[in-house]
Amino acid sequence: MGWTSRMGAGMALALALGGLAACAEDSTAASTPTPSATSTAAPATAGLTVKDPWIKAADTGMTAAFGTLVNGGTTDVTIVSAAASVSPMMELHETTMVNGAMQMQPKQGGFTIPAGGEHVLEPGGDHIMMMGLTTPVKAGDEITVTLTLGDGTTVPFTAVGKPYTGAQESYAPGAHGSAMPEMTGMPSAGAHS
Amino acid sequence: MTISRRGLFTGGAAAIGGAVAGGVAVAALSPDPTAPPIPSPATLVDYGQAIEPFYGNRQSGVETEAQAHGAFVAFTLLPGTDRGALARMMRLLSDDAARLTRGEAPLADTERELAVVPARLTVTFGFGPGLYQAAGLPSPVAPLPAFPQIDKLEERWSGGDLLIQICADDPITVAHAQRMLVKDSRPFATVRWVQRGFRRSAGMEPARQTQRNLLGQLDGTANPASGTPSFGTAVWRADHSTQLVVRRIRAELESWDLLGRTDKENAVGRTLGTGAPLTGVNELDEPDFTKLDATGFPVMPDFSHVTRARQTDDRLKIVRRPYNYDDAPAADGTADCGLVFASYQSDIVRQFIPIQQRLAEKDLLNEWITPIGSAVFEIPPGAPEGGWVGQQVLV
Repeated sequence: MGWTSRMGAGMALALALGGLAACAEDSTAASTPTPSATSTAAPATAGLTVKDPWIKAADTGMTAAFGTLVNGGTTDVTIVSAAASVSPMMELHETTMVNGAMQMQPKQGGFTIPAGGEHVLEPGGDHIMMMGLTTPVKAGDEITVTLTLGDGTTVPFTAVGKPYTGAQESYAPGAHGSAMPEMTGMPSAGAHS
Repeated sequence: MTISRRGLFTGGAAAIGGAVAGGVAVAALSPDPTAPPIPSPATLVDYGQAIEPFYGNRQSGVETEAQAHGAFVAFTLLPGTDRGALARMMRLLSDDAARLTRGEAPLADTERELAVVPARLTVTFGFGPGLYQAAGLPSPVAPLPAFPQIDKLEERWSGGDLLIQICADDPITVAHAQRMLVKDSRPFATVRWVQRGFRRSAGMEPARQTQRNLLGQLDGTANPASGTPSFGTAVWRADHSTQLVVRRIRAELESWDLLGRTDKENAVGRTLGTGAPLTGVNELDEPDFTKLDATGFPVMPDFSHVTRARQTDDRLKIVRRPYNYDDAPAADGTADCGLVFASYQSDIVRQFIPIQQRLAEKDLLNEWITPIGSAVFEIPPGAPEGGWVGQQVLV
């Protein structure tokens, strides 16, 4: 269906650009602890923190991470990739209007947050796409996501899984904007708990 | 029975007030000379931005002065919701509650503009017997015994594994909080029942005034007051937990209407006007159960609600924090109203059940009130800053 074909194109584009989020088997474990960031931690060395991070709960398939990227430093920061143990394929996405329907695509060059500025990741807007979930992201789960910056440093943060059914335009950009329920199935309390 | 002089006076005052146009003119005719003056706009409280704490040793919404609007939302846990899932659920719901009570939108709030008026919002979590069973833990609470003399309990208002008590001085704030919390409970539980109620709106009466129920009675006079040692003794355990009984009590307004004013006052043992005991003058006067009338009968009838419910030992008292409900009347006008009766106490078995048994055995007021719902919940300690309610129990 529409979602699959568009994602195929998106993934192909991402790979053509150099595999932004490829080979992320478990970047979390491999990431260096500095500079660090969590939802509540003080600004890290690089000045990047992630405020109010959350991930749309999903049992399988695709989901996305949201929050506000806050650059408390004095230089611009560019995020070039993201990784988490639950998803082998993550991309930095933007959402744009294409042929009258909202559609997402990889953000060329990543997210750049100006010095002292903020960058909001939200449904229907920029977000961190998480594909091919290998483990369900259940409601209330705490998931570590690690951002890689342009200079190679990594910034881990913890996002909570939230039940969420909205903003389906960013996940289901069908020809007529129709929703794709298989993508956004209700997360369950789950046998994995 | 005869109509008391007090009843005549009150009725006359109401008639005069009703004939005068304009709220100020009516207020000026207030029969109560001790009523405070109407505040000027400069002294009005910003009720919308008032905040009650969420984090703390004890959950808010118990000792908190009762807000104007309340929603009691009970849930049934889904079969897969085990101890680990309960922890995830309470982490989510606690974070939602913490943000909402600060006037901030929770994560993933699709109507975040509705979150900006906290209006003293409190979100209080209660754990029913089924939640402990799901967690593999012994339950500190059990359903009340049957009270066959009075109970007409309906399944649709009874039981529950999880309770969320949502109270605020604004109904939109309550509605938005309820919507957000229900959405985040969905992976774990289904909604079992919702009971919504109200009291006088903020600023309508002096703070700490006893609320008036829809039978017209002052309701809660004997409550230990918030912030007093008496309240602490009656309600809080050493670990800052407590217990809650929620009973839906229908008011039989049609038969209540058949009574004269004196009969109504005898049923309760208090005057309708001031709420004073029949042996006293002011609401807070201690009733004198030894005082006899000219015919040799106690002035406080032994069948009266106050006589039956009276409890002087703080360890045996309960704290009532009820909300009125008023649903649509039937086609013939029969009212569907009453109380969402919420009673807090340290120990339901020691405090609530003996009082309820005495009332069930002999309380004339039983003729005009009918319990139609019943549920019990443990109120676990509050969440530490950044923590979640129930972590002391479930981790």
